[in-house]
Amino acid sequence: MAGGFATDTRGNGLTGIVPVLFAAALFAWFASMVPTIAATEVIRLTIPWIPSLGIELAFLVDGLSLTFSLLISGIGTLVLLYSNTYLAGHPQYARFALFLTAFMVSMLGLVLADDLILLFVFWELTTLTSYMLIGFSHETEKSRRNALQALFVTGAGGLAFLAGLILLAAASGTTSISGIIAQGSALKEHAMYLPILILLLAGTFTKSAQVPFHFWLPNAMAAPTPVSAFLHSATMVKAGVYVMARMHPAMSGTDVWLWTLTIFGAVTAVFASLLALRQTDLKQALAYTTLMALGTLTLFLGQESGYAMTAFATFLIVHSLYKASLFLVVGCIDLSTGTRETDQLGGLGRIMPITAIAAALAALSMAGFPPFLGFIGKELKYAGAIAVASEPLFVAGAALLSNALMLAVAGVVAFRPFWQGAVPSGQSPREAPWQMWAGPIILASLGAVFGIYPDLLQVALINPTVISLTGEVGEAKELKLWAGINIPLFLSIATFVLGLLFYWRHVQLRAMLERGFQSIPNLDKGWDSFLDGLKGFAKWQTQLVQNGKLSSFLFGTFLTIAAGILLTLLYTGMPMIAVDLSDVEWKHTSIALLTIAGALLALVTNSRIAGIAALGVVGIGIALIFIVFSAPDVAITQLLVETLIVVLVAVVMLRLPSMPKAEFRLNHAVLSIAVGVAVSLTLIAVVSSPLDLRLTEYFEVTSWPEAYGRNIVNVILVDFRALDTFGEIAVVVIAALSAYALLRTTRKGDQK
Amino acid sequence: MEFLFAITIGVLVAAAVYLMLSNHLLRFIFGLVLISNAANLTIFVAGRLTDGAPPLIPEGADAPALAANALPQALVLTAIVIGFGLFAFAIVLVFRAWTTLNSLTPDDMRLAEPEEAHK
Repeated sequence: MAGGFATDTRGNGLTGIVPVLFAAALFAWFASMVPTIAATEVIRLTIPWIPSLGIELAFLVDGLSLTFSLLISGIGTLVLLYSNTYLAGHPQYARFALFLTAFMVSMLGLVLADDLILLFVFWELTTLTSYMLIGFSHETEKSRRNALQALFVTGAGGLAFLAGLILLAAASGTTSISGIIAQGSALKEHAMYLPILILLLAGTFTKSAQVPFHFWLPNAMAAPTPVSAFLHSATMVKAGVYVMARMHPAMSGTDVWLWTLTIFGAVTAVFASLLALRQTDLKQALAYTTLMALGTLTLFLGQESGYAMTAFATFLIVHSLYKASLFLVVGCIDLSTGTRETDQLGGLGRIMPITAIAAALAALSMAGFPPFLGFIGKELKYAGAIAVASEPLFVAGAALLSNALMLAVAGVVAFRPFWQGAVPSGQSPREAPWQMWAGPIILASLGAVFGIYPDLLQVALINPTVISLTGEVGEAKELKLWAGINIPLFLSIATFVLGLLFYWRHVQLRAMLERGFQSIPNLDKGWDSFLDGLKGFAKWQTQLVQNGKLSSFLFGTFLTIAAGILLTLLYTGMPMIAVDLSDVEWKHTSIALLTIAGALLALVTNSRIAGIAALGVVGIGIALIFIVFSAPDVAITQLLVETLIVVLVAVVMLRLPSMPKAEFRLNHAVLSIAVGVAVSLTLIAVVSSPLDLRLTEYFEVTSWPEAYGRNIVNVILVDFRALDTFGEIAVVVIAALSAYALLRTTRKGDQK
Repeated sequence: MEFLFAITIGVLVAAAVYLMLSNHLLRFIFGLVLISNAANLTIFVAGRLTDGAPPLIPEGADAPALAANALPQALVLTAIVIGFGLFAFAIVLVFRAWTTLNSLTPDDMRLAEPEEAHK
């Protein structure tokens, strides 16, 4: 197979160049803030957004957010440059560049936001844009499935996250993140601390793919390789880690925080390292090492010591540099040879020397060899692990095992394809164009530069980040290549021995792991049946609720009304019901009985004529009520309308068939009585409570002096509420026109 | 007094609901008339009942000395007319349904949502 590089390495014209320049400008802008941040100051920008809720477009640049911003915009620049060649001539490159840039900006917003609501908005934006990116090759079924899976898992976590943020804001009385951190340990003693923590961690663990929510991340490899490089090095998955780091000063230090993060982090780190070694696909192997890194970062965030925090900050940068670099290298290999399977790769070192150098530099940093930054990171990890007061053995053991496995994976990914074996027949690889090796070389070299001159990083980023994490100055530990003969050094040596052993035996180990993991349940396998089940449930409940039958719609409606009212009455305690029948006269009783008799007759009759008569009785009864209780105008209207109704029903009914005999339905009867009781009780509760007559009094005293009318009801209708009356007339006219239209078409239909 | 009519309204509503559930359009119409009557009466009763004092301002006075609550009366007046509009349209619709579909059983009217669509 011929090399897959595009023949036109100029890329995609302006669409390709502009995003690169934009990202580079952002990087330069953030870089210009480094001196300020290094002087342990912070930069704030606040724009009022929703003042009534105290929500602001508040942005904060401190050590933590600047570190992230530099990684995001810097790696973003290189990834965009790389993509321009990787996807040269892709018909949808403009869309790709838009998604990637939008994702980068969302991610920047996320790490810079200093307001919980703003943070959430950017959080969800990263979810949405990453969905677009993972599903970029939307023609393939797998791509769509995996994008949807990532969206569902992180989206579900996002809902929990939102709930946690709202609780957090309620508990702290502010949505400002700096405001919450400034409250010190108040949050840890708050009664809602545990629910807040659980909800926030549900969001961050899904986003950062901690076990058991890890399954979506390797699947997200369906995205084009530059996307994987970006999503898995500096962004997306680090969003969860970022939020945990941001909340560290306000929430860490409790037993729950310590144990949850330590255990989840350690399990994820070791589990993912084993899974990584098991892979034969280079990209999948890297995906699992990302999980390992996320687990390690989470593990360190569980602690509080200065060592752990320094280790966190250092490893964050180390990992972003080597991981982005390696992903981009794998993209070069993939395009060059057409495969990412380790078994089918070899001898690329002579043909792709620059890529090989980039891979080697990155892998040495990943494996933690001196003098790379990775070595310092690893030493700090061990120092941090030993500093864990409660369980140093557990944490150090997890770190040792995962680091050794990392070393083996680094060998498999970056050494074996280049320096072992020969190029298999049928492949004709070529060196990648400069746009594609520039990124890996720059990122990997930085790992070496920072390793040799750690002071550069120490002052500029590590110290300010540790201040953000602990809230105190001077907690950061020194980054140095040679820290003397101490326990971390021995652990490092143990790592090298163990790691090289793993690498030497990795083919056998892989086979063993393959057998082992067959027996472990995997959420990914259940994913499709879960989705099918969800769809089946949706269909079932739609058929149940939306069955297309008026009778069941009505039944549901009335049931809801009855249950809603009766349960509310029950819940609020039955209101004072005053059974006051002292002022009831015989005329009231007889009118009530007349009305009830009419209603019951309408209920039971099977005769149309009797039904019409019964309705007339009810109408007259109600008109009588209006007359007795001082509402002559209403009574007149009621009588007129009643007459019209009877006329209309009579006219129409002559053309309709007679009613069938009604069957008694017990469930309908029970529901009807429940609704009736609910209405009666509500009305009794209403009339038992005091009445506010201010509005009526206003009409009484203004009717004559202002509107010159002595009939107050009339004045209300035609003067005070004239617009309502106009609306009422409009309704009647519309009803009449619609009725006319219906009848007209009937006649036409008859003629045909 | 209000208690008595609250019970009356409850009976009207119960009868109306039973009729509307009956799956026959004529009975449904009967129920519709009953329930709109009950609703009007509810508004009226909730504004309290006053015997023999219509809300009128006598000659020479600026405001009534004692009068029934005028506000619910105005509301009910509007409600009666609107209820009538609804009723008139509904009964024409029933008539039209009968002439076109030859049925008065709403559950049999499945043109818009055929039975197969729910399988």
